[in-house]
Amino acid sequence: MSAVTATSPLADTVAAFFARRARWTPFEIAFWLVALASIWLFPTKHLILTETAILALFALSLDLILGYAGIISLGHAAFFGVGAYFTGLVAKYGLINEPVLALFAAGLAAAVIGFATSFLVLRGSDLTRLMVTLGVALILREIANRYSNITGGADGLQGVDIQPVLGLFRFDLYGHTAYIYCLSVLFVVFVVARRIVQSPFGLSLGALRGNPLRAAAVGIPVNARLVAIYTVSAGIAGVAGALLTQTTAFCSLDVLSFDRSADLLLVLIIGGTGYLYGGLIGAVIFKFMQDYLANLTPQYWQFWIGLVLVLIVLVGRERATGWTGYARAGLIKLFARAPSLPSPAGGGKGPAAVGGAAPDGH
Amino acid sequence: MLTVLFDGISYGMLLFVLACGLAVTLGLMNFVNLAHGAFAMAGGYIAVVLVNRAGLPFGLGLALAFLFTALIGGFLERTLYVRVYNKSPLDQVLFSIGLVFMSVAAVDYIMGSSQQFVQIPSALQGQFNVFGVGMGKYRLLIIAICGVITVTLQLALMKTRFGSRLRAAVDDQRVARGLGINVGAVFGITFALGSGLAGLGGALGAEILGLDPIFPLKYMIYFLIVVTVGGASSITGPFFASILLGIGDVAGKYYVPTLGAFVIYTIMIVVLIWRPQGLFARGVSR
Repeated sequence: MSAVTATSPLADTVAAFFARRARWTPFEIAFWLVALASIWLFPTKHLILTETAILALFALSLDLILGYAGIISLGHAAFFGVGAYFTGLVAKYGLINEPVLALFAAGLAAAVIGFATSFLVLRGSDLTRLMVTLGVALILREIANRYSNITGGADGLQGVDIQPVLGLFRFDLYGHTAYIYCLSVLFVVFVVARRIVQSPFGLSLGALRGNPLRAAAVGIPVNARLVAIYTVSAGIAGVAGALLTQTTAFCSLDVLSFDRSADLLLVLIIGGTGYLYGGLIGAVIFKFMQDYLANLTPQYWQFWIGLVLVLIVLVGRERATGWTGYARAGLIKLFARAPSLPSPAGGGKGPAAVGGAAPDGH
Repeated sequence: MLTVLFDGISYGMLLFVLACGLAVTLGLMNFVNLAHGAFAMAGGYIAVVLVNRAGLPFGLGLALAFLFTALIGGFLERTLYVRVYNKSPLDQVLFSIGLVFMSVAAVDYIMGSSQQFVQIPSALQGQFNVFGVGMGKYRLLIIAICGVITVTLQLALMKTRFGSRLRAAVDDQRVARGLGINVGAVFGITFALGSGLAGLGGALGAEILGLDPIFPLKYMIYFLIVVTVGGASSITGPFFASILLGIGDVAGKYYVPTLGAFVIYTIMIVVLIWRPQGLFARGVSR
């Protein structure tokens, strides 16, 4: 790529290609318009929609490391939990009263933990990463459990009083404020995440997911990039956790549980990884599936969730994911339109072009 | 002090019997089977049903727990697991978590969510007093049974024809196939045996570990620690890891209850980072 200078026609072509790639497609705009419309369309469903938005944000954070950087995590709830407890504690002791400000602080706190633990996932195989992430989440859960004089332990954190958003909008019983608030946060974070993955930084992630050795050979600082995206992802997960605490005014050990991390993987697998909307679509499907199953069999809905997981794997994640893979492949094309790049750089076929920096990644 | 050591050893031995099946599937066959605890739970509940409800003798209950769990394991291996062997770790994780969720809900549905106990014959209750050290009879029995199993396993793996076939199949599937070894059958039998041992461990340990529907989730991390810390080059690695874990856990809960479980989690992470192949592995290439 050293031949590419600022003035060469190839550079212009590449620049134009990425500019077109980064443009919002009509389907993306439609997606967010529908999300906006849901505020008025389903006023009675705002409570579950709030949960969905939080789950979507959480899934979005996992997608950044799983779909883009290729890090499998079984303990992403760790950061969710850090955000949730942080928010609960600052609200309880009146340290930061304004929710939006608390949200930033919680994201920052989770990001710090993410940064500190990111060095643990740099080494080793997928299996090692699985166990390390799982171990980190377990340790945090154990800490929260042990220091029950601070966290409330198994009873949860009581007496969390959340002030009105921006000092204006008080959280109401029907979740109207909560939903609008969560949806706004989701949108803002989504825009930021979208910007990140469209940037050269995001593209380099695709390269190092495809082949870390080659990525290092073309001058991508692999470890630094992984640390960076892991930190960002942890921060977003923390924001999601903070939202949960703020909208429910409660926080329990459940936020750090293994089930939460496992469910999250399912969400992302249903929606598909590596195009950002996967987490959002997956969250909507998962939440309503869970709601339906929980109404059907209150105590045993987990059985059906498990069955879905097993079936997804047996059928083949890439071929079909619950609903047909074709529909999903189509969705990916619609959302992440990647116009093909004329001659020199070669392949701009669909989402594969994200890894375009590492051609023929065998 | 010695009582703590004794309890720790019996606990560790139990963990070893529970986890040795996983040492083979995860360590040797590289299959991430998070559902291993589900087999242990199945064994425990089978023992509960047979001994408490049907009134069978305790020993027979244990044997049948082993047998039935092995059958379940073998059946699932042939029908489901075999399709997932060659998939990515992520797929294997999702698949086995799915199985865990299903088993948890199913057991909850069938047996209820309360904790269950296996009735131990009165001859095994109480304790000996040797030089002032109280040793529970039942724990002594656990140590004896687990010791026999460990020795048998080691001998079977190293001395028998099946053992060498298994080692060959694990080292290089293609070459093993080329030599006429039925790799699928070897894996299937191994998996069934491992599940059976887990079931036996679950039945034996119902008294010590407790038995309720969330058993697979509760002890998953312990099994994983045994395998990762022990490495997979032999039976001895996981064995020592289990003993260490058992003693460490019991001693930790006894002496520093405030620290609780996170000593062992921390140890696991440190070992994983420091020696990804396991503490006792001797430079295994895979």
